[in-house]
Amino acid sequence: MQLTIEDVRKVAKLARLKLTPEEEELFVDQLGNILNYVEQLNEVDTENVLPMAHTAELTNVFRTDEPKTSIDRREALSNAPSTDGKYFLVPQILEGA
Amino acid sequence: MNVTTIVGLEVHVQLQTKTKIFCGCANRFNPDAPNTQVCPVCLGHPGTLPVMNKEAFDLSLITATALNCEIAEFTKWDRKQYFYPDLPKGYQISQYDLPFSKEGWLEIDGDDGNRRKIRINRAHLEEDAGKNIHDETGRGKDSQVDLNRAGTPLLEIVSEPDLRSGAEAKQYLEEMRLLLTFLDVSDCNMQEGSLRCDANVNLHLTDDAGQKIATPIVEVKNLNSFRAVEAAIDFEVQRQLKEYEKSGRKLCDPGVEKETRGWDANRNVSFAQRGKEDAADYRYFPDPDLVPVTVTKERIADVRAALPEAPATRRRRFEKELGLSTYDADVIVNQGRELASYFEEVVEVSGDGKQSANFVTQDVLREMKERGVEIGEFPVSASILGTIVKRVVDNKITTKSGREVFSALLEEADNDQEISTSRVDEMISERGLEVVSDTGALEEAVRSAIANCSSAVEDYRAGRKQAIGAIIGQVMKQAKGADAKAVRELIIQVIEETA
Ligand SMILES: [Zn+2]
Repeated sequence: MQLTIEDVRKVAKLARLKLTPEEEELFVDQLGNILNYVEQLNEVDTENVLPMAHTAELTNVFRTDEPKTSIDRREALSNAPSTDGKYFLVPQILEGA
Repeated sequence: MNVTTIVGLEVHVQLQTKTKIFCGCANRFNPDAPNTQVCPVCLGHPGTLPVMNKEAFDLSLITATALNCEIAEFTKWDRKQYFYPDLPKGYQISQYDLPFSKEGWLEIDGDDGNRRKIRINRAHLEEDAGKNIHDETGRGKDSQVDLNRAGTPLLEIVSEPDLRSGAEAKQYLEEMRLLLTFLDVSDCNMQEGSLRCDANVNLHLTDDAGQKIATPIVEVKNLNSFRAVEAAIDFEVQRQLKEYEKSGRKLCDPGVEKETRGWDANRNVSFAQRGKEDAADYRYFPDPDLVPVTVTKERIADVRAALPEAPATRRRRFEKELGLSTYDADVIVNQGRELASYFEEVVEVSGDGKQSANFVTQDVLREMKERGVEIGEFPVSASILGTIVKRVVDNKITTKSGREVFSALLEEADNDQEISTSRVDEMISERGLEVVSDTGALEEAVRSAIANCSSAVEDYRAGRKQAIGAIIGQVMKQAKGADAKAVRELIIQVIEETA
C-alpha cells in the first residue's frame, strides 16, 4: 500500500502535529513501511472468525456506585500550563470551531 | 409546492448515579466549585484506568427497555477521537458499532391528533465532557475549563427522522422527559444540562410537477429548552425553504455535507457555525481499557418485569380503571410521577376517580401554582384531600362545601396550624356544612325564613320573583349543607301553599 503525502498531512492535522516538508517526506516512507508490515496480516484467512472486541477474554468488569474522595483543586490544576487558580485556562475557543 | 418537515432528535441524558461513569468522583452539578470533583481518571492522566460504574449501566438498561429497545447481548466501548479543551483524554469513551441497545420507540400525540410511535434508532452509553466557559467580552481572553462534569454518565438517545414539526419534536421531548423521570434515571434538569438536545432538520419538497426534492440536512446544536427546540425547527423550515428557492441546493448534490448551526435564543435565529475541517473523522476503535459487557436474556426479562409504570401506561390505566377523561388523565400524569401518586392516594381514600380528579386538577394544581410549590411540599396531604372528596362522594357535603373545607384547611396550614384527616369532619360540623337531608328540618328552616322575610314574600307575590333570593339566603344560613335548588323549590311550594 502506497501512502501519499496528503495522507500524512491529514493524519498530522488530526493529531495536531506541525510537520516540516522534510518530515512529511520522511513519514510518507516510514508510515508506509509500517502499514506494509501490518498488511501481512491480510494474508491470514479470517473467514468465519468473529471480530475481536478485546484481547483479554474478560467481560462485565464493574465497580459499585460508591463515592471516593476526589483530589483537591490545587493538585488537580498543578500540572496545567495555565490556570487562574480555579479553572484550567486555554487559548480562547471559537464557538463551533 | 408541498413541504414536509423531517426532524430527528439526538437527546443526551445525564444519568443520576452517585458517582461518575469511570471513577468514584461525585456526579453532581456544581459549577460554583469548579474542578473539585475530579481525579486522575476523569482528568485523563496517563496510566489511569477507567472502570465501568454498574449503576450507570443498569440505569441505561432500564431506560432502553422502557423505550422498547432491543438490548444487545454483547456490547463494547469505543474511543471517539477529537481534540477539544473540555475533553482531557483527547478521546471520548462512547459506543460505535455495538451499542447496548437499538430499535425502540416512544409514543407521542402527533400533530394529526393520533398517537404515533416515533422510532428510536439506538441508545448508547458514553461519558460527558467538561464545561468550557468562554470570555464574553470579545477581548479574546482565555477560555476557562471546568472538568467537574467530565465523566458524567451520559445516555445518547437517537430518534429516527420521524418527527414532522417543531411542535411534534417538543411533544417527543416532553414525553421523553416524563418517562425518564418516571423511571427515576435522570432529573432531566435542562437548566443544569442534564437533558440536552440536538435536532437534525431538513425538508422534503414536492413541486407542482410532482418532482420530489430533499434539502440538505442541518444539525442545530445546543438547544437547551423545549421552547428552543420548537422555535429552532420552525425557524429552520422557513430558512431552508428560502435557501432552497435561492440556491436550489439539494441533499444529494455533490459536495453537500451536513451543516451544523447554532441557535440564538435571544434573537430567535439559527446561525452558521464554522464547520470542522475533516469533519467526522473520529477514528473510532475499541477501547482496550474497558472490557465488553454481556447481558443475558434472563437479565433483560428481569429488567422488563421490574420496570416502573410508564406515563403512557398510567394514563391509560387512569382512563380505564378510574374513569378519568383523556384530558384529566393527561393533566395529572403530565405533572409528573409525584402528582400522579398523590392523585392515586386521594382516589384510594375517596373511592372515586372522577371527583378526585376534579379536586386535584382544579383546586390542588391552582393552589400549587399560586404558591409555586411542588406536590411534595403541598400542605394538604392526599389522605386529607381524600377524606374531603369521600364526604362529597358520600353526599355528606356538597362539592361547593368540599371546596370550602379544602380552602379553609389550606388557610389553617398556612397559619402553621396542624391539619389532619380528623380536622375535615370537625370543620364540616363547625361550619354546619352537612347536607340537610332531613326534610323536616329543612321545611322548618324554610317556614321560619318566610316568617322572617314578610316583605320579600310580598314582593315575590307581587311578581318580583328575584325577591326569593333573600329568603334562600336566610335558609342557607341556617342549613349550610342544603342544596340551593331544592331550597328554592321548597320555598315556592310553601309560599304558594300559604297563599
Ligand atoms: Zn474522577
